[in-house]
Amino acid sequence: MSTREALAVATCVIVFGGCAGTAPRETPNLGRAATQAEIAGWDISIAPDGRGLPRGAGTPADGALVYAQKCQVCHGDKGVGGPNDRLVGGQGTLASKTPVRTIGSYWPYATTVFDYVRRSMPFFQPHSLTDSEVYAVTAYLLSLNGIIGEQDVMNAETLPKVKMPNRDNFILVQPWKPRVQ
Amino acid sequence: MRPRRRDRRFDDARDAAGNGVLDRRAFLRGGAGAVATGAFMAYAPSDASAASPPETPSGMTTPGAPLSPYGSPATFEREVTRTLIRSQPGTTGAGASRTPLEALEGMITPSGLHFERHHNGVPTIDPAQHQLLIHGMVARPLIFTVASLQRYPMESRIHFLECSGNSALMYGATPPTLTCGQTHGLVSCSEWTGVPLRLLLEEAGVDPRADWVLAEGADAAAMSRSVPMAKAMDDAMLALYQNGERLRPENGYPVRLFLPGYEGNMSVKWLRRIKVTDTPTMTKDETSKYTDLRADGTSLMFTYPMEVKSVITRPAPGLKMTGPGLYELSGIAWSGRGKIRKVEVSADGGQTWAEAVLAAPVLAYALTRFRIAWKWNGAPTVLKSRATDDAGRVQPTRDELIAQQGANVVYHYHAIQAWRVESTGEVKNVYA
Repeated sequence: MSTREALAVATCVIVFGGCAGTAPRETPNLGRAATQAEIAGWDISIAPDGRGLPRGAGTPADGALVYAQKCQVCHGDKGVGGPNDRLVGGQGTLASKTPVRTIGSYWPYATTVFDYVRRSMPFFQPHSLTDSEVYAVTAYLLSLNGIIGEQDVMNAETLPKVKMPNRDNFILVQPWKPRVQ
Repeated sequence: MRPRRRDRRFDDARDAAGNGVLDRRAFLRGGAGAVATGAFMAYAPSDASAASPPETPSGMTTPGAPLSPYGSPATFEREVTRTLIRSQPGTTGAGASRTPLEALEGMITPSGLHFERHHNGVPTIDPAQHQLLIHGMVARPLIFTVASLQRYPMESRIHFLECSGNSALMYGATPPTLTCGQTHGLVSCSEWTGVPLRLLLEEAGVDPRADWVLAEGADAAAMSRSVPMAKAMDDAMLALYQNGERLRPENGYPVRLFLPGYEGNMSVKWLRRIKVTDTPTMTKDETSKYTDLRADGTSLMFTYPMEVKSVITRPAPGLKMTGPGLYELSGIAWSGRGKIRKVEVSADGGQTWAEAVLAAPVLAYALTRFRIAWKWNGAPTVLKSRATDDAGRVQPTRDELIAQQGANVVYHYHAIQAWRVESTGEVKNVYA
């Protein structure tokens, strides 16, 4: 290593010292800085506590209209009887010999419904719904499952507060618990 | 059919287990070359039934095919393809295709036969346009081009990849009447070359309070899974090459995550984003799917390592025995918790067992090929293999597995496989 390189590494350690808690090492450092605007455009994931949820809102009634146009052909009338995954019902069946896993009976987090619909549905046109349409479809599916009322509005504040019926029936095998903040 | 020529090497070999399983050194006694050259070709017509070749075959009297830019399998092997290709109703790219295990040997799966599991098709990605964002709880959010990733120090490792749902039909009440690959072919093994994820995370500067990373793909399902930070900083790789060439599109071209030993779904293909987080993101594929529903209605979540497992691939459903005589039993074993320590084989339904030879190299998180000689007397019987890994974990029986976790699980099936050999030479999947 030349003196100049050694100085550069030393400077890096001083400026960013301990930033990763690792010994200094030479790496190519070819990544360019991502701007906040770029990150905002890429970051579509929603944490289970609701971090990342966008603006917008929707009701079950709004969602029923979107569902009829964009979802029903695959998932059936009111989330049952379509050729693809059943979305509604099944509560009380998980310990039986014929468990029916749906959003209502199985999914532990309501935020996952929003996250999944927004990132990958409708199947043939993912990323085509507005955020309010995604909130509305989410609200409709939660309402069909009897988890929220027919008049309830889903948005960034209300959705994370929805407690899914099966939430407490998951046993986390990977050692992990939320840190005390 | 005339009886096979007797081979002194096997006459000398003592039985290692009941019903004709020979000492595992039987094949080695004549030197490894004697095995490799195929003193007998199991599962092929006997020499007696084959027509004599002309003394000068046509290939010797005319020039052969021209040079070619990219080779393909022999035309006579065109039936060796991925199998049981199934997609969700109304779709073409939301399902799986399986590796034809009974047609393959060794430990490496040809890239074109690597199993597929996609959730909304294979995206076409121009590497010049593709970028990887690392952000979240980091000091410096960074964007990498594919070209820049290629300048990083790389590692090459041979690892299996197994879909968590591999062999799921074996949870059913009746054994599937499918070939070996159709039942168990959601496992493949490749040499993967790429950049340790740790290097890029260190450049970004991970917040010490972060415990997880979210990996997200650039496909139409935007596949996403949460990965524990400990794994991300350990042996997680951003794979760019598979078996020496750039990844195939169906394996995540131009860059995929690879997590040795973990259920395949977590090795996110077409990787576009790594978000460092304090909690799991609880994506659809780690909550509503890829969780293990137990008999009491509770579910296990984050069951990542694929458990110790083995299957005899020759003979197996899809192949037919060609009369009594000497055979080599061949199969694959693997564990998501380390190396294979031993594989035992039984030719009498599990009453007696003998230890098979493990073909070198035996590597952690890789398929391990095992082989053992078997003198079949022509009577119906049941073949089994039972693997033990270096953590001491032993493959359970199917009854034990289901008693332990119930029959409502659809993932992580890894019980001992029983193949029934009929006197006709047919090989069937049985629960025994």
